[in-house]
Amino acid sequence: MSLLQSLSQRDRVFDFMAPQASPVDVRHGPILYMEDVTVSFDGFKAINNLNLTINDGELRCIIGPNGAGKTTMMDIITGKTRPNSGSVWFGSRHNLLNMNEPDIASLGIGRKFQKPTVFEALSVFENLELAMAADKRIFPTLTARITGEIKDRINEVLETIGLTELRHQPAGILSHGQKQWLEIGMLLMQRPRLLLVDEPVAGMTEQEMERTAELLTGLAGKQSVVVVEHDMGFVRSIARQVTVLHQGSVLAEGTMDQVSSDPKVIEVYLGADDEEAA
Amino acid sequence: MSLTTESSTNFWLTRPFSERSTQIFLGVLLAALALVTLLHVAVPPDNPLHVGAYTVNLFGKYLSYALLAVAVDLVWGYLGILSLGHGAFFAIGGYAMGMYLMRQIGDRGTYGHPVLPDFMVFLNWDSLPWFWHGFDMAWFAFAMVLLAPGLLALVFGFLAFRSRVTGVYLSIITQALTFALMLAFFRNEMGFGGNNGLTDFREIVGFDLRSDATRLGLFLVTGVALALGYILCRAIVTSKLGRVSVATRDAEARTRFLGYRVERFQLFVFVVSAMLAGLAGALYVPQVGIINPSEFSPIFSIEIVLWVALGGRATLYGAVIGAILVNYAKTIFTGVMPDAWLFALGAMFVLVTVFLPKGVAGLFRYLKRRKRDDSANPDHKHTPEEASA
Repeated sequence: MSLLQSLSQRDRVFDFMAPQASPVDVRHGPILYMEDVTVSFDGFKAINNLNLTINDGELRCIIGPNGAGKTTMMDIITGKTRPNSGSVWFGSRHNLLNMNEPDIASLGIGRKFQKPTVFEALSVFENLELAMAADKRIFPTLTARITGEIKDRINEVLETIGLTELRHQPAGILSHGQKQWLEIGMLLMQRPRLLLVDEPVAGMTEQEMERTAELLTGLAGKQSVVVVEHDMGFVRSIARQVTVLHQGSVLAEGTMDQVSSDPKVIEVYLGADDEEAA
Repeated sequence: MSLTTESSTNFWLTRPFSERSTQIFLGVLLAALALVTLLHVAVPPDNPLHVGAYTVNLFGKYLSYALLAVAVDLVWGYLGILSLGHGAFFAIGGYAMGMYLMRQIGDRGTYGHPVLPDFMVFLNWDSLPWFWHGFDMAWFAFAMVLLAPGLLALVFGFLAFRSRVTGVYLSIITQALTFALMLAFFRNEMGFGGNNGLTDFREIVGFDLRSDATRLGLFLVTGVALALGYILCRAIVTSKLGRVSVATRDAEARTRFLGYRVERFQLFVFVVSAMLAGLAGALYVPQVGIINPSEFSPIFSIEIVLWVALGGRATLYGAVIGAILVNYAKTIFTGVMPDAWLFALGAMFVLVTVFLPKGVAGLFRYLKRRKRDDSANPDHKHTPEEASA
C-alpha cells in the first residue's frame, strides 16, 4: 500500500521535480509553533495538548521531570515521531507534519542528541565536512571537492567549538565533553535556523559546563536555540525564557525566577531538586 | 584518511593516484602481471622458472576472485552491509558472458543447430527464448554483464533499503536471494542449461579459448579490470560519498539527520558493487570454461566474505590479498588432501580472528606504525592490544 502511495508521489521520482524548499518565513511571528499536539503510545499520552511557541533568535530552556515528554517533543519537531493530532509549523510556511526527517533537517532544524553520536571512524574535520549545508544528493556528493571557502568555514567552526588542535584526530578518541562540542559544531555547519539541544551538559565537568554555556549563549541571536536540560544550575546560567513540561503539556512558562517561584512547578519538580542542590 | 581530505581538491576519479597505498597496489599488480607474462612467454618451457598456461589460467581465476572480493569489501567494509549474496551478482555476470560464448559456438555444437545451443536442442526446444536474443553480439552481451547484475541489485536494494532493512536481516535476505536464484537456475525450464549450466565454449571475440595466447590475454584483461575496479572503488571511498558511507555504516540514523538520504547512498554503492561482481563473474567464466548454478550456492557467497575478513575489511587491498591467499591455499589443499580443505579454511578463519582481528592488512598497518613509532621514540614498548587497535 505504501509502495503504491510512493509511486503516485510523482514529485518524489526525480529530485528536480520536487518544489524548491522556500526560505523559512518568520515575518508573521514565531519560528516554531506547536498547537494542541497529542501523541500516545499504546494509550499512554506522552504528549498531551502541548502548545509551544519559539520566537526567532530566542534561547529557550525546556525543563521537566523524567517522562514529561521532552524527548518526544524533539522527535515530533524533527519528524521522527508523528503526532496523533495537532499541528506543528516552522515559520508560517512549512507544515512539519507533512515532511520527512531529511527534508526537515535541510530546512534548517538541527538536533543534538542526548548521547553524543559523532562518526568515530572519521576525523573531527571530516565530521564537520559531512555536516555542512551542501547539495546532499548522490552525484554532487561523489564529486564534491574541499574548496578554500569550505575549509575556512570548517576552521571557523573548529575555532568556535575549541577543537582546532584535534582536527585530524578520529572523533572516537575525543572525551565526552569534546564529543558534545563536536556535535554542536556539526549542527552549526548546517547553518540551522533552529537548534534543538538535548541535555548538553550531562556528564560534563564544571569547566566543560562553563564552556558549553558560553557556546550556547553565543549562538542565540544568530540562531534560535531550544535546550532540554536537567541541570538547574546550568539552566539558570543560560536561560532567559524557561518552559516547564509536565505529563506531556506545558505547566509554566516565564523567566527562571518566575517559574521557580510558581507553586505548581515547585510541587512537581523544582522543590525536590532545589533541596538536593542545597 | 584525514590527510587525503585536505589535499582532495582535485577531480574525484583521479584522486586515488595521489594516494601512497594505491600507488603501491598498482605498482605491485602491474609488476606481477608483467612478471607472469615474461616468465610465460620469454622463459623456455623446460626451465623451472617457466610459468605454464595452466598456472596463468589459475592466476587469472584468482584475479577475478580478487575483483569480486573488492566489490564485497566496498559494501561490507565501507557501507556496513554484510552481503551474503554477492555470489548471485557474480554468477549473473558469468551467465551473461556464458550466453555470449554459447552463441559464439554457432553451428559447431554436437547437434549442429545453427542457432540453438546444444542443451536447447536436447530439450526439444524449437526457438530461442526471448532473453537469449542479442547475446550473439559482443557489445550487447558485455553491456548485460554490467546491466543485469546492476538491475537486480537496483530492484533488490530499492526494496530493502527503503524499508530500512539493515544488519543481520539484510544479510539473511541476500542469502535467501542467492539461494532462490540457485534453485531457479537448476530448473531446465529457466533456459540456462539447468544443472549442467553453460559450457563447451570455443571462442571469445574471435579468439580460440583453448589457445595459450588467449589464456594469457584473459589473465591480463582480468588484471587490468582489477586495477580499474580498485581505482574506481578507491575513488568512491576517498570521495565525500565514501565518508557518507562510513558515516552510514557507523551511525545510520545520525547520517539521516544530517540531511543525507541514506537509502539512496546505500543503493548507489550496492549497485556499483554488484556491477563489479558481475564483471568479475564475466571474466571468470571464459577462464574456467563453465558456468553452472553452483556459483549461486550460499556457501560460495559466505566464502567471499571470509576472503575479505582474512585479508582485512575496509582496506580494499586487504580483500585482494585475502582472495588470492585463500584461493591459493584452496588449490594447494584440494590437490594434496581434498577432505581437509574445509577444516583448513575454518582453522585459517579462527586463527586470523583471534590473532589478526583486522586481517592481514591490519598486520601491515601495525608493522608500519611500529616502524614509525620506533624511529620517533625507541624506548616504546609494544603491547598486543596495539595490533588490534
